[in-house]
Amino acid sequence: MITFAIAFASICFGLGLLFNLWRVFNASGVTDRVLALDTMVINIIALLVLYGMSVGTGVYFEAALLFAMTGFVSTVAYCKFILRGDIIE
Amino acid sequence: MDQIFEILIAGLLIAAGIFGIVGSFGLIKLPETMTRLHAPTKASTLGVGGVLVASMIYFFVFEGKLSWHELLITLFIFLTAPITANFIAKAYMHRNLTPKDMPESNTARGWATYEDEAETQEPLMTKPKRP
Amino acid sequence: MLRKIFPHPYLTILLIIIWMLLVNQLKLGSFIFAIFLATIIPIFTAPYWPDRPILRNPMAMLGYLAVVIYDIIKSNFIVAGIVLFKPNSQLKTAWVTVPLDLRTPEAITVLAGTITMTPGTVTADMSGCGRALLVHCLHAPDPDAVRDEIKTRYEARLMRIFE
Repeated sequence: MITFAIAFASICFGLGLLFNLWRVFNASGVTDRVLALDTMVINIIALLVLYGMSVGTGVYFEAALLFAMTGFVSTVAYCKFILRGDIIE
Repeated sequence: MDQIFEILIAGLLIAAGIFGIVGSFGLIKLPETMTRLHAPTKASTLGVGGVLVASMIYFFVFEGKLSWHELLITLFIFLTAPITANFIAKAYMHRNLTPKDMPESNTARGWATYEDEAETQEPLMTKPKRP
Repeated sequence: MLRKIFPHPYLTILLIIIWMLLVNQLKLGSFIFAIFLATIIPIFTAPYWPDRPILRNPMAMLGYLAVVIYDIIKSNFIVAGIVLFKPNSQLKTAWVTVPLDLRTPEAITVLAGTITMTPGTVTADMSGCGRALLVHCLHAPDPDAVRDEIKTRYEARLMRIFE
């Protein structure tokens, strides 16, 4: 039953990833694109954790943690660049 | 006993998947950037949170090891999601909206995003007293 | 003297807990290293954060956390319903100004984060003087009700914790 639930959740988040990709291509502005990329990062974290569950190792949590950190930093850097035209002043 | 945990984990995973896909679907369906901003907060709270809690129970019950990394990831996402949302909103306001689109702040000064070019003053918050 | 070594006692405790979670197992060696790191980091970052936040009532944090988690789950269902079943033309988005009674920066940060984490409302900006928050609502037929709910539900509780 758990394998089925993992497959279902993986399909959900994978479809969500496709939706986000569509929004990245058809964004109405730069901020919209940044928002879609940020959501992609969140979906990928969920997918990584799900894959780690189905394989049964804890290695993927490190990857998810690193992904969360780089995603956060890159989103903030993008927004800072849009706001101020510069990242580190 | 294992049966109960299996049902619990499967239920959490399915709920998380549904909320995740609804969050991403909202990103497509909702009409403009400010409303779309609401969708990812949902995906990140219950979607990812549900997956992480399910994985924590799964590793504890079936693999016999208590893993705390999920808790760390959940904490990290819950701390950073408001900051990214706030930054995206500020960037959108900076690019697409003017002070006229906003309600009045009803305070001594206007909204901070539009004051960036003006000389920066200290906010009027009280500093905590030194114990 | 003690203030020099531990400029932020709460930060020290938090860093120890986070390091132990990161290592993922209880060992004496990593605990000693956690204490070492948790003493060094607050000393080096103290110049950027000179004032120590006061927690008047740390136990009330738990009650606040329970309220916030309950609200997150409840409003998740509401927003999912709006996304799935409400046509875009019926959406009533609104900007709401929330005047603040909180004054300490830490308390305002927690309030802004809470507003964003409960789906349906996003904190967009703060007024230049730090006395009001700009909140965007996904669907708010009655913006005043949203403002009152934020003030009574979250801000009053944070008042008790921080000020």
